[in-house]
This record gives sequence, C-alpha cells and structure tokens, in this order.
Amino acid sequence: MIRLENLTVSYRRHPAVHHVSGSFADGQATAIFGPNGAGKSTLLKTIMGALKPDSGRVEMRGVARRDLAYLPQQSEIDRSLPVSVIDLVSSGHWQRSGLFGKVGRNDDDASWNALVTVGLEDFATRPISALSSGQFQRVLFARILVQDAPLILLDEPFNAVDAATTADLLRLVERWKTEGRTVIAVLHDEQQVREHFPQTLLMAREVIAWGDTAEVLTADKLRRASDTAAHWSANAPVCRVDGVTP
Amino acid sequence: MIDFLYQWVLAPFVEFAFMRRALVACLALALGSAPVGLFLVMRRMSLVGDAMSHAVLPGAAVGFLIAGLSLPAMSLGGFVAGVLVAGFAGLATRFTEIKEDASFAAFYLLSLAIGVLLVSGSGSNVDLMHLLFGSVLAVDDAALLLVASVASVTLLTLAVIYRPLLLESLDPVFLRAVGGHGSVWHLLFLLLVVLNLVSGFQALGTLMSVGLMMLPAICSRLWAATVGGMMLAAFLIAALAGMGGLLLSYHVELPSGPCIILLAGLFYIVSLFVAPQGGVLPRLLRQRHLES
Repeated sequence: MIRLENLTVSYRRHPAVHHVSGSFADGQATAIFGPNGAGKSTLLKTIMGALKPDSGRVEMRGVARRDLAYLPQQSEIDRSLPVSVIDLVSSGHWQRSGLFGKVGRNDDDASWNALVTVGLEDFATRPISALSSGQFQRVLFARILVQDAPLILLDEPFNAVDAATTADLLRLVERWKTEGRTVIAVLHDEQQVREHFPQTLLMAREVIAWGDTAEVLTADKLRRASDTAAHWSANAPVCRVDGVTP
Repeated sequence: MIDFLYQWVLAPFVEFAFMRRALVACLALALGSAPVGLFLVMRRMSLVGDAMSHAVLPGAAVGFLIAGLSLPAMSLGGFVAGVLVAGFAGLATRFTEIKEDASFAAFYLLSLAIGVLLVSGSGSNVDLMHLLFGSVLAVDDAALLLVASVASVTLLTLAVIYRPLLLESLDPVFLRAVGGHGSVWHLLFLLLVVLNLVSGFQALGTLMSVGLMMLPAICSRLWAATVGGMMLAAFLIAALAGMGGLLLSYHVELPSGPCIILLAGLFYIVSLFVAPQGGVLPRLLRQRHLES
C-alpha cells in the first residue's frame, strides 16, 4: 500500500530522512523505532503529505491521502476554544460529510460509540479545556475510531500518558490489527514494540533495518542506530549518493 | 418614567432621519463585524484586525486623491489595499519561516507609511481626521447600502464556510491531513475581515471600525460558553454599544465613533468583573465544588 522510493527529506539542506526505500506491510502494524533526531516524525509527516520530499517519493496504492488518520506528536489543537468533547470526536466525520454534508443519526451513534470505547462517555458534553492530557489522548483516539480509516499513522501516541491509559489505547491498536488496518506508529518503548508491533522500521536518518520485529531489534542493530544518529556535522559536504556532482 | 425614556432613548431616532440612518448602519455593522471579530479572537489573530485597519489606509487615500470624498472610490481603494496586504502577508508566511503575526506587522507598517505619505502630501489634516475617524452621522444612501450588503455577504459566507473555518481554527493539522484545504478558508475569512473594515470606515473611520469588530467579540467569551452563544452575545453587545454610543454622542455632543467604541470598551471592563464565564466576581463567590 505504501512504498518509499529513495526518499530524502531535509531541513535547510541537512537531511532528516536520507535515501530511505522500502514498503510498509499491508494490513499490519509497523513500529518506527530509533533514537531522537532519527527522522521518525519527519517520515510520518512526509507520508501524510505535510512535508515535501527533496527527492524520491512516497507511493500510495489503494489508499488516498485523505483516507488516512494521523495523530501528531503534539496536537496543535487549541484547547481554549469552546468546543465540547463530542463535537471534537464528531469532526472525524469530515472525510464523509465535508463542507455541507449532514452528520446524521448513524454518525452521531458512531461518535458516541467511539467515546464509550475509550471510556469517556460521561465527558461528552464537557468542554475540551476540562480534560487531562491522558483523557485528551483518549478523545483523539476516539476521533480516529470515527474516521474509520484503512491507514492509521500515530506519532509517539503514548507520550505523557499513564500505564492504564496506554494499556487501553494499545487494545485499540490490537483491534485495528485484527480489522486489517495498516497501523504505522513512532514509538520509544522497546517493550511495546516487541509486544504489539510485528513489523519494525529501525532508522537513524537512513534505514538500519526493516522487517520482522524480532530480527530488527537486535543489540548490534540498535547500537548501530544510535551510533549513526550521533554522527552529525554542521559543514557536511554535498551528498553524492544519487551520483549527482555538485 | 416612560416619558423620560422616550425623551432620552427614542426621541432622537424618531425625530431625526440622520440618527435613524446612523442606527441602521450601526446595527448592520454589528451584524457583520461581530462574528468576524469572534473568529479573529478564536484564531488568536486579535491584533491582525488592528493591523488590517491600518493597512486599508493608503488605498482609501489613493481613492480620496483620485475622486475626492467619494465613498465608492475610497472603499474600493481600501479594499484593494487590504487584500494586497493580506495576500502578501499570507504568501510570506507560507513560503518563509516568518510567523503570520510578524508578516502582518511588516506589511501593514509598510502600507501605513505609504498611506500617511499620500495623505500628508496633498490633503489637509481635516481629511486625514475624516479617514481615521469617519462620521456616522453623515451616512448617506450609498454608505448604508454598502454596509448592509457587506453584512449580508459576511453572514452568508460565514454560514457556508462555518464548519471548515471552525475546524481550521481548532485543529489545522487535522484539516490538512484529511484534505480540507485549510488555506482556502483562511483566505476567504481574511477577505471578510477586509470587507467589514472597509464597510465600517465611512461610519466609524478606519481606526474605530476595528473596535466594533474586536471589543464585542472579546467580551462575548465572558458571557457565553459555546461558539453560537458567543456569536449572539457579540452581536448584542455591538448593537447595544452602537445604539448607546449614538445617543451619548447626540445628547452630549461628542464625536459618535469614539463614543460607540468607548461604550463597547466600558462594557468589556464591567464584564471582566461580573460576567458568568470567568468574570472576577463569580469566581470570588466560591461556589462549593461537586462530588465528581
């Protein structure tokens, strides 16, 4: 469904994602793992279309960009706005309702069921400003449930979330796996990756390893990832991997 | 009592056509400006309204220089200048790392400098005062038509783009991810801002029309807890300030524009203390907390 073809994305000429090629396994859960500054979030943002690659491309087959659900690392949601929890969850209907489309009773039921699933039905009419960060993350997961997307991108979804909430939200990931959705998540907890994500992309700007989690998360590959990420130079020469001479 | 009320509140409007026109102009302005101001506040662009009110000045000045004190020429000039500044600021934000408020600051200052140069080059100070402060008591048919049309266009447009505009204010990343074309709604909205400022400046002047846009909108947050409620509150406050300001200016013989804005400002200060949604007094009353 998603194939990366020699993908490079850079900030002010310094690559954050460097000549990455490969495909994400269809209908499976893949973790993107690696040290800080490895380009994991950059890769997700490029897949969802917010960043433009310097070179190479993201090929998406059988799924349009608008059919994906994306959970950013730090949501830019302005929580001071007077919006209720159920309204925020209902915004997940946008892909189907659009500008004028009616949000009908079935859609309302879907929003309500999603809130029940994440255990926040008692909060439906409260303003979003009244939620804790863990509760808010549950609301955002509820919206993903409403979006009903075949492709789900999660950027560090369990940051600042306690163990009980993480366990509940991971159950949702398990449910998405059985429903055959493709889930791609940036994670920092090795244990979580081993238990819930059969596939792993280990990266440090470039691909260190990509495949079955058990084969990817080995001691020497993890060490290679942190060594590669630490290597950074302010006056690096122009990259010639593609055979381009400056 | 009734006689007293009639004398002070109704008589000026019943007896004088120019007061009736001014009142209709103020109500129409309130209808269009209040919801636009509310979206500015919700998008954390409260000062952008101020910037835009300065930005329209050179356009109005060019219109004035070409056609004299002609409303269509000055309005068209102001509209063009406002759209140019909004457009350039939008482009600069999109293609560089400059933040939106900084872009607006840069372009409106440029525009303002040009405006002051134009006005000082060939007009007297009286003309400048008129541009800046307007004269609501001299609203003619053309101005009334302009204000009413802008209010209609504003309400209709807002009704159409309400859903994506609110979603874009709330969660821009989400709207972009689902292919919602966030910048289209943003640009349409900026057009509405410029339109409403231009429609206000015959009546209130470029500086004061932004007051009727922002003060009621900021105030409404203290009175209502939903977006719809805030829109209604903002309109009511703007309408009351308009009517009260006209009466004040009539009875005390003060310029009407500043009177209107002053009343809106007073209402804001009183609201800070007594309003139910986060005012100081309700907080001091310390209602006991609930069980859960």
